[in-house]
Amino acid sequence: MELQEHTSVAADMLRHFEEKIERGDAIEPKDRMPDGYRKHLIRQISQHAHSEVIGMQPEGNWVTRAPSLRAKQILLAKIQDEGGHGLYLYSAAETLGISRAEMIEQLHAGKAKYSNIFNYPALNWADIGAIGWLVDGAAIVNQVSLQRTSYGPYSRAMVRICKEESFHQRQGYEIMAKMMKGSAEQRDMAQDAMNRWWWPALMMFGPHDSDSPHTGDAFKWKIKRQSNDELRAKFIDKTVQQAEVIGLTIPDKDLKWNEARGHYDHGAINWDEFYRVINGNGPCNQQRMDHHKRVHAEGAWVREAAEAYRIKKEKKLHLS
Amino acid sequence: MATDSQLTQWEVFIQSKPGANYIHAGSVHAADKKMALQNARDTYTRRGEGTSIWAVPTDAIAASNPEDGDMFFDPANDKTYRLPTFYVMPEGAKAI
Amino acid sequence: MTQQEALYKFALRLGDNALIRSYRLSEWCSNAPILEEDLALTNFALDMIGRAQSLLGYAGEIEGKGRTADDLAYKRNEQLFVNVLMAELPNNDFAYTIARELFLSVYEYYYFTDLAKCDDPTLAAIATKTLKEVKYHMAHSTDWTLRLGDGTEESHARMQDAVNKLWSYAGEFFEADVVDVMLTNALNTPDTPRLLKNWEDHTAAVLKEATLRTPSVPFIQHGGRNGVHTEYMGHILSEMQFLSHAYPDASW
Repeated sequence: MELQEHTSVAADMLRHFEEKIERGDAIEPKDRMPDGYRKHLIRQISQHAHSEVIGMQPEGNWVTRAPSLRAKQILLAKIQDEGGHGLYLYSAAETLGISRAEMIEQLHAGKAKYSNIFNYPALNWADIGAIGWLVDGAAIVNQVSLQRTSYGPYSRAMVRICKEESFHQRQGYEIMAKMMKGSAEQRDMAQDAMNRWWWPALMMFGPHDSDSPHTGDAFKWKIKRQSNDELRAKFIDKTVQQAEVIGLTIPDKDLKWNEARGHYDHGAINWDEFYRVINGNGPCNQQRMDHHKRVHAEGAWVREAAEAYRIKKEKKLHLS
Repeated sequence: MATDSQLTQWEVFIQSKPGANYIHAGSVHAADKKMALQNARDTYTRRGEGTSIWAVPTDAIAASNPEDGDMFFDPANDKTYRLPTFYVMPEGAKAI
Repeated sequence: MTQQEALYKFALRLGDNALIRSYRLSEWCSNAPILEEDLALTNFALDMIGRAQSLLGYAGEIEGKGRTADDLAYKRNEQLFVNVLMAELPNNDFAYTIARELFLSVYEYYYFTDLAKCDDPTLAAIATKTLKEVKYHMAHSTDWTLRLGDGTEESHARMQDAVNKLWSYAGEFFEADVVDVMLTNALNTPDTPRLLKNWEDHTAAVLKEATLRTPSVPFIQHGGRNGVHTEYMGHILSEMQFLSHAYPDASW
């Protein structure tokens, strides 16, 4: 009898939740939600947050070498935004009952992932252009779509992020455009960066829809609103023209416009590489994690001091 | 120290211009009030979004439960006499 | 020395202070103790770059040879940089950075308050804008000095160490050579030796509240204002100017 009651309460909750989703209402932190929904969101939002934070590293690699005061200013402001976006996303995930400390612990333990793209190195100044134009360009396509995600705090974070990201892609494209107008060496650098970043950028959208394991629930619950392949196509379609305008060649000999589909067809993505990098064997996996762990460990005494100081002050206030 | 601290969580409310309502912007982590305000400033007003900030410890906020929505909010629905449009004004009366 | 030459060097010194300090602050990007602090330190770096742009731009204008702020930042050799040594010292740890920021921002608080009243309208305008930033930097570094000084045993030791080691570099802020004296007389720019007392009193009060000792070591380190730097400076420039050296004709 008791068990039956319990089951019917749970069924009620699920029905209520699914109706809300169906109506297109946002789900808020105190709403009751299925465990799977909560887990899916924590995994996705924390991964998203970690990506922003780890993504600061490849660009940070060029901060001290930025070639002009303006370039350095823009780059710093952009990396600062990435940090801010990580922060918005950690906040959104925290509303689901996980702390930032726990999320960082999961990252360090290898239980939480971050976007694969940041396991590639930023080797020359054109890479800063390519990261802004291609990597942020791909991220924006995904993030614009996520503005309509069903979880309120995640959706609100996305709205804010999209608003701020709008300059990121432009600054990257501007760097590429300037270099393509420059010396032969600069053009070579720009094309080299294009060659190295194009395919990893396409991989950012994840496996083809036919091979994507988490897609079912994410769609049903309106966490994800468009499929990997749809988003990838959107990115390719807008980027090809931008590359042509500045004279860059997209490193895909099979790329061609498909009139019937209304999209570009592209060559085969090297999924072996994708899984190899995801599983820890990309060029920079070790370096990125070591960096994050080192900074975290080096900062521990500062965080401890701040806490200790607050406790001391509170005690004093209590006594007086 | 047993577990690492990421300091405590604060909710941030920003007033975009003098006289406007304070609107929830998000949250930050900080050890004390001053740090909370500074962190809120650096996180949520990078593009000149604000003229004033409130920071409140997250656990000091009382939030209503969605399950209580019926009892909290529905009773107000039939009290339309609180709205100016409820009243019939004599024709020709001005500025009321 | 003409007044124009003096003014050029004057603006250059202020610009270099901001430029080189921005370099050190920007090294914290993705390296700070907590994400929020990463954003804060980056903001300070951005404030400094903005300040360097204005001041180096003005220096180039006064010089009148068509050099831009970028030319001055990226195409000058070490001996021609005239920032104070404190600005170029390595970040070391967070306590060092906070001590450096405290010493510099307290100095700048008094300095720019006076500079805002000088008779050169461009410098006065830059100073007025800068002062707002400086007040915030000073509040931030003061708060952290208190937290670290009066926090844990470890943070106290680190903070005291940083204060002790940086102290001897502060005297350079208050030097006045022919450039400074000429402009103080002609344009009412700050009489820097007279700011020392304010700085010492202010800093000592913060250190005391932070349960830190005020060092009694003499101000022996100086030279940056005349182009004689620490060994660290060459490394800053070789990194900062790498692209403009490798591709001298390129524009980015």
